[in-house]
Amino acid sequence: MKRLLRGARIIDPSQNLDGVLDLLIEDGRIRSLGETTTAGGDRTGIEEWDLTGKIVVPGLVDMHTHLREPGFEYKETIRSGSEAAAAGGFTSVACMANTNPVNDTRSVTEFILRKAREHGIVRVYPVAAISRGLRGEVLTEFGDLKEAGAAAFSDDGKWVVDSSLMRQALEYAASFGMPVISHCEDPFLSKDGAMNEGRVSTELGLQGIPSIGEEIAVRREIALAEYTGVPVHIAHVSTAGSVRAIREAKKAGIPVTAETAPHYFTLTEDLLEGYDTAYKVNPPLRAERDVEAVKEGLADGTIDAIATDHAPHSSIEKDVEFEYAACGMIGLETALGLSLKLVRDGVLTMPQLVEKMSLHPARILRIPRGTLKEGADGDVTVIDPDVFWKVRVDSFRSLSRNSPFHGWPLQGKAVMTLLGGEIRHNEL
Amino acid sequence: MKLHSKDILGMKELTPGEILLILDTADSFAEVSTRDIKKVPTLRGKTIINLFYEASTRTRTSFELAAKRLSADAINISTSTSSVVKGETLIDTARTLEAMNPDIVVIRHSASGAPHLIARMVRHSVINGGDGFHEHPTQALLDMLTIRRRKGSLKGLEVAIIGDIAHSRVAHSNIHGLTRMGCRVTVCGPAPMIPRDVEKLGVSVTCNMEEAVRNRDVVMMLRIQFERHRASFPSIREYAKFYCLNEERLALANPGALVMHPGPINRGTEIAPDIADGMQSVILEQVTNGIAVRMALLYLLSGGSP
Repeated sequence: MKRLLRGARIIDPSQNLDGVLDLLIEDGRIRSLGETTTAGGDRTGIEEWDLTGKIVVPGLVDMHTHLREPGFEYKETIRSGSEAAAAGGFTSVACMANTNPVNDTRSVTEFILRKAREHGIVRVYPVAAISRGLRGEVLTEFGDLKEAGAAAFSDDGKWVVDSSLMRQALEYAASFGMPVISHCEDPFLSKDGAMNEGRVSTELGLQGIPSIGEEIAVRREIALAEYTGVPVHIAHVSTAGSVRAIREAKKAGIPVTAETAPHYFTLTEDLLEGYDTAYKVNPPLRAERDVEAVKEGLADGTIDAIATDHAPHSSIEKDVEFEYAACGMIGLETALGLSLKLVRDGVLTMPQLVEKMSLHPARILRIPRGTLKEGADGDVTVIDPDVFWKVRVDSFRSLSRNSPFHGWPLQGKAVMTLLGGEIRHNEL
Repeated sequence: MKLHSKDILGMKELTPGEILLILDTADSFAEVSTRDIKKVPTLRGKTIINLFYEASTRTRTSFELAAKRLSADAINISTSTSSVVKGETLIDTARTLEAMNPDIVVIRHSASGAPHLIARMVRHSVINGGDGFHEHPTQALLDMLTIRRRKGSLKGLEVAIIGDIAHSRVAHSNIHGLTRMGCRVTVCGPAPMIPRDVEKLGVSVTCNMEEAVRNRDVVMMLRIQFERHRASFPSIREYAKFYCLNEERLALANPGALVMHPGPINRGTEIAPDIADGMQSVILEQVTNGIAVRMALLYLLSGGSP
């Protein structure tokens, strides 16, 4: 089976490539990339797609997703989350360990991988827990989990408060060549908090989550990375102080990488004024200056990746009093549309955006994705950068509806997603 | 003139004109409570539900009396007797009550924003009877009525609000209401009890009680919540030493300054007994005026005009 994608602007940062080219996929792999792929050749048996005006990029990689299965299948399943990912242009997603049971043993990792392969909609990379039960007390069996197929370790949703345990985690993970992702939040400073601390929390009478709760945790991880020499990845950066700390660390040559999510460069705490729980998320939406700092961090390379932190919740968790509501918003089907605005606003170039949504997360996770090099799996996303569309939660593939972007007009989206050369999502 | 919203959720949403309307209407209702027969037929046939998720004596009683003195039917629901203990959600409870066609539901809840959640869902009016650390608008209105009755006008008055500002819905509502009506407001308390960025609400901030009281026309003390204090300061003893309103401190205020407290008071903690019972105290007048303010709100939300 051969598929020829013709006439699109092809951007592949792994080869420093940006130009109008033809892409040929054969037997699930990238066969060739060039201006005259089929000139004079035999065209029989080739499925051709005229993609003039579209952008073709390596399949997007979301390094931070919650698929909720096992345990919370009423919020999302591996199948529904995979479908949402494909619809959003993602071909690979890394799913966090806070399921029930927690992904802290081989059997859970294997279950996730088995389900994902059965559906075969996107590639799923399970992130296993750093500590058993996410309790921050005893390390999980890193080696065994790696053999089972875990891609990284993280206690996402919780910070590993015990600095000695986190040091052990970094050193032990390094011996298996595995990345470690840290959810940075000092739980003492954020205790009982429902939103960012500041004027708005004061006015709304909600317990605040101060930015320093994140920044203190980020600075500890940087210190551990410097001391151990082991890379650490900072999840969902949301504050100006975190951006500054990571920028300084990188300048000093410390092995730290970072991601943010679209809501942290799009939304501010002011939106909470109506107590709408769709805006309740952790880390919380911050102030305007933080949003600006996150954009600067993306622009100057301080923040390596854009992840979704797709966190499905049902109305049972969301249609309640604000302080009792669960934190989180879904993002797989809106991330690209929101991120393309960064390109139109001149924050990022299109190749930089592709780096942050495909090549960099693949590199941080040390997985062979994010490239259109010859011989690579045919994971490809086709983007229409111009199409106007309106976000409608009722048309989401995700089982959950907790998006604050319902009704938003967006420009640009994924119109076709191919996994191993097979079409998994198609709007053309 | 009428209120612009079907609900009273907070002082932040009220315009100066609406506040004046409420205070003027309350003034005219105050007299009813002084009669031998304390009842007028104004709201006959109206149904008022007091939905209280938090313990309350004065606010609930005040709303109930206000309704009854206007001849409305008043029902009280508190958490221990409703289906809340069976795990029903707030929205389900609200919709169930709505199906019984009440005209006004007064809600008190420990979660900030709970009345807003209900108000969005239902057709009837919702009055916020106190939500979390957010607002307690009827308390602020009765405080403003009390000040106005004593001082003639609110404009230009110097008001100090002293205590746990961060966890006080009374403080938040008074900050919005008093600044809107032209008072100059200073908030005071131990630093951990001052919420971040509170100065952006248009108030001055000090941690020194003497400075807070000096040259004020009104000194409003807040109740210290014992169950919460450990998070904010070392001991009740130390709090009382630096922040209890006593004779020496009150002497720094302007002559004839009013001493206020939303109650219930902790004698000897935030206010000395002789001050609470003293000549300058209007604490019981606040309680009396509370009924008039709540009568005014029930009346205005039912479509009445002065």
